[in-house]
Amino acid sequence: MTTPDLQSLTTPYRIVGTSPAHHDFVDKVKGSLHYAADWQLPGMLHGRIVRSPVPSARITGIDVAAARALPGVFAVLTAADVPSNQIVELASGGLAELQVTMPVLAADRVRYMGEPVAVVAAATAQLAHEAAELVSVDYEELPGVFDPEAARAAGAPLVHDVGNTLVSWQIHCGDVAAALAAADVVIEGEYRSQHVEHAYLEPEAGVGWLENGVLTLRVSTQVIEHAAMIAHILGLPQSKVRVIAAYMGGGFGGKEDMTVEPYLALLVWHTRRPVRMIWDRQESLVASTKRHPFIMRYRTGADRDGTITAQQVEIIGDAGAYPNLSPRVLFAAAACACGPYRVPNASITSTAVFTNNVPASAFRGFGAMQVVFGYEAQIDQLAMRLGLSRTELRERNFLAKGDLLPTGERLDTCVEVAQTMHRALALLGEPPRPSGPGRLTGRGLGCNRHPYGRTIWFRDRASAWLSVQADGTVLIRSGVTDLGAGQAASLCQIAAEVLGAPLDDISIYIGDSALNPPAGGTFATRQLYMSGNAVLHAARELRDRMAPVAADLLGAAQDDLDWAGGRVRAHPEGLSLSLAELAAACDKRSVSTAHLSTWRAEAGSFDPSTGQGDTFPDYTYGTHAADVEVDTETGQVTVLRYAACHDVGRAINPMRVQGQIQGGAMQGLGYALTEDMAIEDGYVQAILFANYLIPNAQDFPDVLVDIVESGEGKGPLGARGIGEPPIGNVAATIASAIQDAIGVRPDRLPMTPERILALLDKRRQT
Amino acid sequence: MIKRQITLTVNGRDHEVWVVPSDSLLDVLHDELGMADVRYGCGEGVCGTCTVLLDDEPVNGCLTLAVQAAGHRVTTLRGLMGPGEEMHPLQECFLRRGASQCGFCTPGMILTALDLIRRAGRPTRDEIRYALVGNLCRCTGYTKILDAIEEYADQ
Repeated sequence: MTTPDLQSLTTPYRIVGTSPAHHDFVDKVKGSLHYAADWQLPGMLHGRIVRSPVPSARITGIDVAAARALPGVFAVLTAADVPSNQIVELASGGLAELQVTMPVLAADRVRYMGEPVAVVAAATAQLAHEAAELVSVDYEELPGVFDPEAARAAGAPLVHDVGNTLVSWQIHCGDVAAALAAADVVIEGEYRSQHVEHAYLEPEAGVGWLENGVLTLRVSTQVIEHAAMIAHILGLPQSKVRVIAAYMGGGFGGKEDMTVEPYLALLVWHTRRPVRMIWDRQESLVASTKRHPFIMRYRTGADRDGTITAQQVEIIGDAGAYPNLSPRVLFAAAACACGPYRVPNASITSTAVFTNNVPASAFRGFGAMQVVFGYEAQIDQLAMRLGLSRTELRERNFLAKGDLLPTGERLDTCVEVAQTMHRALALLGEPPRPSGPGRLTGRGLGCNRHPYGRTIWFRDRASAWLSVQADGTVLIRSGVTDLGAGQAASLCQIAAEVLGAPLDDISIYIGDSALNPPAGGTFATRQLYMSGNAVLHAARELRDRMAPVAADLLGAAQDDLDWAGGRVRAHPEGLSLSLAELAAACDKRSVSTAHLSTWRAEAGSFDPSTGQGDTFPDYTYGTHAADVEVDTETGQVTVLRYAACHDVGRAINPMRVQGQIQGGAMQGLGYALTEDMAIEDGYVQAILFANYLIPNAQDFPDVLVDIVESGEGKGPLGARGIGEPPIGNVAATIASAIQDAIGVRPDRLPMTPERILALLDKRRQT
Repeated sequence: MIKRQITLTVNGRDHEVWVVPSDSLLDVLHDELGMADVRYGCGEGVCGTCTVLLDDEPVNGCLTLAVQAAGHRVTTLRGLMGPGEEMHPLQECFLRRGASQCGFCTPGMILTALDLIRRAGRPTRDEIRYALVGNLCRCTGYTKILDAIEEYADQ
């Protein structure tokens, strides 16, 4: 059994750095949490989407008469019934991408299998099913394009009239051609990744209703700010749409775009009745967004001593049929393409291409995770070519504080990636021996640099409201949404630390676009960084406002006050008063005990024409290490041991940090070895959950975790984000271990037995 | 289709419900009886989020018809708790170990683990892994779930 290191040994704090199992955890283990699908309202109808069964076609007719005639059917809506039939998504803020309209319901053209064409509401879910089947749509199939490179070729079928290249980012520094020509060694490689399903266990779901003329949706979403887009679609003022985010049964980026929201909104608006919509798992598999498959071509030049001098990177991502968040995913890929290494001459292009595949969008890792498979392969190859150890070569090239990235940005926090590398490898212990003949063992590692916080040109901000109640308890209001990573609970720990209130005395209200100050969505590993800072500052400002009252009552200097255990005490052994007494005293003196604070991230700009400028606020660095055994008869890869170490700056709740790292690593293992959302000519192949292999409890070993706390992050109290970073290292780590075992580097994901056998054949032939 | 009335005994309480023969136990428990701890995850018997105990045996609520459950004892996670919502010791272990993240798989995990420990006493970690293959978790990576179950089994 792994020994939990639940208490940070270095924390100077009382509550931050401990691992209380509180807040959402309690309802979750009791089974009493109400997720999005768990609400019912009187007279509630059931909604269902009619989706395109083909990937590319013209719609020549839709007949809804039979569906409308079915008793118990309340609405059958098509594109003509949508007031403003467009989902406006300018993921890069309009910086560089093509402008393409995504319809809520397809009018005359479908561009991917699963695209919504009509939506129905009926008295029961069964009737809604039947009505959806009765909607008759005539499709005239059109040639489609399903491969991003084919889509860029001249004469390829156009997914959108404006062209198939959605965006192409360029980042350049130095003179790559000259540096490659002068390099002692040049390494080349092409690496490919696959479509991946989020596979959150809670399918997309929600309930909508009208209340005082306000359209209200309670849904499983990472982003309540979509309320504005829903208002636009319905032609309503933004004040008339409210989105409430239920605690999610997982999201991983897949609930960052809208899912059920516009369809629920349309049905509620048309029927004036409450409506519930739950996507079938099978519907979700076919039609929900996926992780982008990447084609990555790397060339790396280095001196004989292993110093990297140049890197040329070409990345092509399959965006699928609509933009969604592809422009920003491919931007993150470009900004992170060189990893945690110093590359003085770099030339990076990163292109998102439309195809008639299901749209790809946000998924834990967001472009910055796919490229790890590329850059770490180059590093290992370089070490092998030069006869250097893999750790030595890395240490020669690791970035350090003060270094410049290819975008011209200077790193202004410490880079403890070397420490994470040594610690991760140390966790593995002695290398294992093969378990029998025909088996080879190998050890691998993978380092990464992963951003936290939104792309800097969005001038991100988050607000939080805190109040000390008359009885001394504390309320937090924040628009944060909670994926299950402790987004809300961490804010309670931060407020408890500053105000000295016991955790049990703090309640937090989240995820309501009408009642909470906006926090921005929960994505981009941004909420601890953003809302954590907002709560930290709100709590400090509130404490500073109440401190003079406490100091006066206690006859002490403000700086000598100690806030702990629900009391304010004059140091060291002085008088004290409870937060309730202080709140009463403040009230008497007309000092407010509530405070709203808005925290703003650092701002900057990026010039897409030069590829220079600001990209992300900061990065989280880490290393994973693994021992694997390869069965040379079957190609089966068994992961024997797995270890992960990240510098999280400051662990607010070490148990939850461990959980993020273990869970991220496990998702990464599925990505590395088993998961493949195969799409053949636009047709999704895994139409059952049984066909899509996410890791089960038997597939992989425990993930051993070590945490570095450098204290230099830009989050609250020096924290760095840890939601996405730990998924990045895994595929590269496993590939590195396989290479160590069999002498050949896998370059294609997932690394299935068939592909490993092919590599073994290749080795035999050479 | 014709509805018929059946009596479902859930967490020690009898409920009379009208069902059609094709209604799944999951739908009846979740939608008719309002039991939010029994959840739809896939409808194929793959993910285990709808796990309940049928006469102490874990089954997938999505693959069990409501009419099949008539005359049997159905136990959901909330049925493990005392009248004042006192948590079962295995729930306490899940809480202490951080074995939930999004929490969606938690009821099924706990019920399946409880059945294993009732049968096997102190199973090995590998035996626990084997017992949990029908309960998927996408958040935790399983390590803390296994830790929690082992801690309970040791008690």
